[in-house]
Amino acid sequence: MPAYFLEIFTLTFGILLLMYEAFVDPKSKSNIAVACLIGLVAAYVMIFFCMSPDPGSDQASWSFWTRFYTIEGNALFYKGLILITAASVILLTIDYKKILSRFTDTPDTEDNTGEFYPLILIATTGMMWMVSAKDLVSVFVALELTTITFYILVAYMRRNVGSLEAGVKYLILGALSTGILVYGIAWVYGIAGTTSIAGIGEFLSTQDTPSYGLLFGLALLLLSIGFKVGAAPMQLWIPDVYQGAPTPTTAFLSVASKASGFAIAVIILTPFLENDVTHGAASMMLTVMACLTLIIGNLSAINQSNFKRLLAYSSIAHAGFITIALAAWNGTATEGSPTSSSVIGFYLATYMIMTMAAFFLLAAVRKTEGHEELSAFNGLSKRAPVLTICTTVLLAAMAGLPLTAGFWGKLFVVKMAVDAAQAGNPAMWWVIGIVFIAVGAGFYYYFKLIAAMYWNKPASDKPLEASHITKAYLITAAVVTLILGIYPAPLMWLLQ
Amino acid sequence: MGSLVLLLIPIIAAIAIIVGSPARLTAVISAAASLVIGLYMAFTHTCDCWNFTASMLPALGIHLTLGVDGMSTIMVLLSVIVLFAAVFTGKSPEGHEKLYYSSSLFIAGGAIGAFLSQDVFFFYAFHELALIPTFLMIGMLGRGDRKAIAWRVTIFLAVGSMILLAGLLWLVSATGGSFAFSDIAANAASIAPATQKGIAALLIVGFGTLISLFPFHSWAAPAYASAPAPTAMLHAGVLKKFGLYGLLRVAVPFLPEGMAAWTDILVILLLGNILWVGYVTVNQKRLDLMLGNSSVMHMGYIFLAIAAISAVPGNDIAVPAAVVLMFAHGISIAMLFGLADTIERKTGTLEISELGGLAKKAPALAFLFGLAAMASIGLPGLANFSGEVMVFLAGFRDYVPAEGFGIVQIGTILALWGVVISAVYMLRAFRKTFQGPLVPATEDATEAHFCVRIPAIVLAVALIAVGLCPNLLLNLLK
Repeated sequence: MPAYFLEIFTLTFGILLLMYEAFVDPKSKSNIAVACLIGLVAAYVMIFFCMSPDPGSDQASWSFWTRFYTIEGNALFYKGLILITAASVILLTIDYKKILSRFTDTPDTEDNTGEFYPLILIATTGMMWMVSAKDLVSVFVALELTTITFYILVAYMRRNVGSLEAGVKYLILGALSTGILVYGIAWVYGIAGTTSIAGIGEFLSTQDTPSYGLLFGLALLLLSIGFKVGAAPMQLWIPDVYQGAPTPTTAFLSVASKASGFAIAVIILTPFLENDVTHGAASMMLTVMACLTLIIGNLSAINQSNFKRLLAYSSIAHAGFITIALAAWNGTATEGSPTSSSVIGFYLATYMIMTMAAFFLLAAVRKTEGHEELSAFNGLSKRAPVLTICTTVLLAAMAGLPLTAGFWGKLFVVKMAVDAAQAGNPAMWWVIGIVFIAVGAGFYYYFKLIAAMYWNKPASDKPLEASHITKAYLITAAVVTLILGIYPAPLMWLLQ
Repeated sequence: MGSLVLLLIPIIAAIAIIVGSPARLTAVISAAASLVIGLYMAFTHTCDCWNFTASMLPALGIHLTLGVDGMSTIMVLLSVIVLFAAVFTGKSPEGHEKLYYSSSLFIAGGAIGAFLSQDVFFFYAFHELALIPTFLMIGMLGRGDRKAIAWRVTIFLAVGSMILLAGLLWLVSATGGSFAFSDIAANAASIAPATQKGIAALLIVGFGTLISLFPFHSWAAPAYASAPAPTAMLHAGVLKKFGLYGLLRVAVPFLPEGMAAWTDILVILLLGNILWVGYVTVNQKRLDLMLGNSSVMHMGYIFLAIAAISAVPGNDIAVPAAVVLMFAHGISIAMLFGLADTIERKTGTLEISELGGLAKKAPALAFLFGLAAMASIGLPGLANFSGEVMVFLAGFRDYVPAEGFGIVQIGTILALWGVVISAVYMLRAFRKTFQGPLVPATEDATEAHFCVRIPAIVLAVALIAVGLCPNLLLNLLK
């Protein structure tokens, strides 16, 4: 089965469901969610049957394969990650629909909530395509498919001021970032004469000195990717949009959108970082980005009192750590040092497990308490002891405590930074110094929630309204975090 | 396999307690089992049955390799003895049994894992198992300004560990990328001196923060004073030794030139521990803070042994001296913290000025506390004496009178003054607490129950045994 059937299937399924939604009984919109879940599982199963064409066949010479689409590298891994995330988001939405329906045109009915699910499928298609791109044009098209769908998803609760505000902010800044991306593509095309990533690599290998126009184009591309993944200086939208958007959308943005953004970053940056002429400049830009992102994300998170905003800054902070893996680029795996690409994939996979689970807990707390401030978590250890222990494990993993999955990602990036510094990139010592500050701050703001859950008196005695989905998801995530924390080899195999 | 069992017993017991098995019973049984296995290990540590390897991440060359040599056997022995005393000593506040007992087991399990690991990654990772239990124990059940103190400990230890991690990764990177101690040892000679100096600096700061080396020590005394007794005993007694063990296991053998480059500064810092913190200790008004500060102060002597071997790499007394003193200090400080908890339980206060005459009401308690205090000062016949004497001898090892005093010799002479300081604060605290007339707080005090005396007696036996026959430990190191 050609790999692109995956995207075709998901997109068709999403569009059909969107049309079908119009005819469904308003009371049973959640059937669509179940249908979406089945579709996502089917797409996930299809991953295992995906193939590229044989090199000599007719199909292989088809320009779609040669110019726009590839499943080389870690594309299939990312597709799987995005599909699992989308399925989790749908589960989360089922949990969250009571709040979602409160802010639609017909409050407190399921009417008007049905489109949410198929839209997730369509955004998923965009992201799955993005990670398979091998040409700047397909990057752009896939990115737009995703971003435009997200404009709707962010502003979905249209009777909620916060959601609308988030929608407008995301729309304006997203449009700006699209403009920057196209401008960057134009510069690169103008100088390299091609939009194909491989073509850019070939062009670079003929150059003796870096062309400033090309580097300017690269800087613009980086800015636009920075918007996607939430790296400084394009991180401004993150806290407001994350806070205002419906929680499932926030979860989707913070995990899948970031993952596809970094996958794209690896694809676009590979020719620049592999080439000796441009390596220094590209690496320096990424180093600056990583340092800024680490500082802004971690230090701003310290005094947040809203958990959703805290997760937003934490997502910026994680983007900073992942950017280090790009800045300390390692293109070929050797004994003891995995490639940047697999380190990024690994970090994102563990990040997905921890962050999705945190959003499940957040949704449950929001349902019970009606708000998302840290004070809503006070004394949770008395009200939901099992979930609190799971959350403690997950927060420890986010802070990067050893023997949890979250530690490996940090270990890898610090090791890459040390290796790069050893190999003669002194800027990396600065990065390592900033990592010390970042990790110290990280321990503070993640442990702030642990402290609230254990130290403080409960706000009320009523037990937490956590559905079975939430409980099962959090327990699974905590167990997986611990297993991967001790034995991460299975996840690493998927990436090699 | 044997070492895997020893590592898993406390951890599985802790998980069982969280899941719902009876807290105190499970903790005591598992601690007793660990103690028995630990003692058995001391007799059979050369046996191949203590080795264990499982590959965890082949792509990075990370294996869970467990194994023992003399030094790790002594450290494991210290861990299991203190663990047994710690779970036996404390009495949990109502409603917090799960946290109270499981945290001790997690801390000790992490320490045992770190001491058994033959791989840099797990050596580092197991130590961090203590972080959350400590945070919760101090923050929920601590004395005084417990929340602020819990934050301070956590941030200090987290940043210290991160610096340590960077140093360890640099070492791994500089020796070819393998995490196994054996591979690092094989390639260590090829590290350039400048690189050695950089790695050693990170390791001294990183480990130093965990050990409370001056000036990174300000978290330690308040933390021990505030922590509930079992946490204080395990932290001051065992976990702190992880840092020293790390310096002796990693920094000293693999980075001789790097350590030599920092010897001068290390001597100045350790004198900060002994003299500066020593005077701070003299001035303490509370028994728990005094013990906490004295624990920080005594780290200086062990650093002196490390400085001695850094200055003279062939120094064959320094390592045994450090190891014996680590063991002795761990036992004696754990005993003091455990007994201080009993004093607070009997009298309701630890303000030295509010105590007095306790020996009349509780002679056994007074005797045991006195024994531990004397050990801490360095009275001959008790374990700390042999350690301290060996440290001072190590300071003058290979000393050539014609060349005059080096920095280590000057440091040793100044460090001797610390013995006097210890005597001042310990004896004064003992006199004010146990002697003199009865005061309101001690009038209704009763003798320590037999159950409370058991852990103290176990620790006292260890102190006397090693004090009278240091060869018990020294033979293990041969």
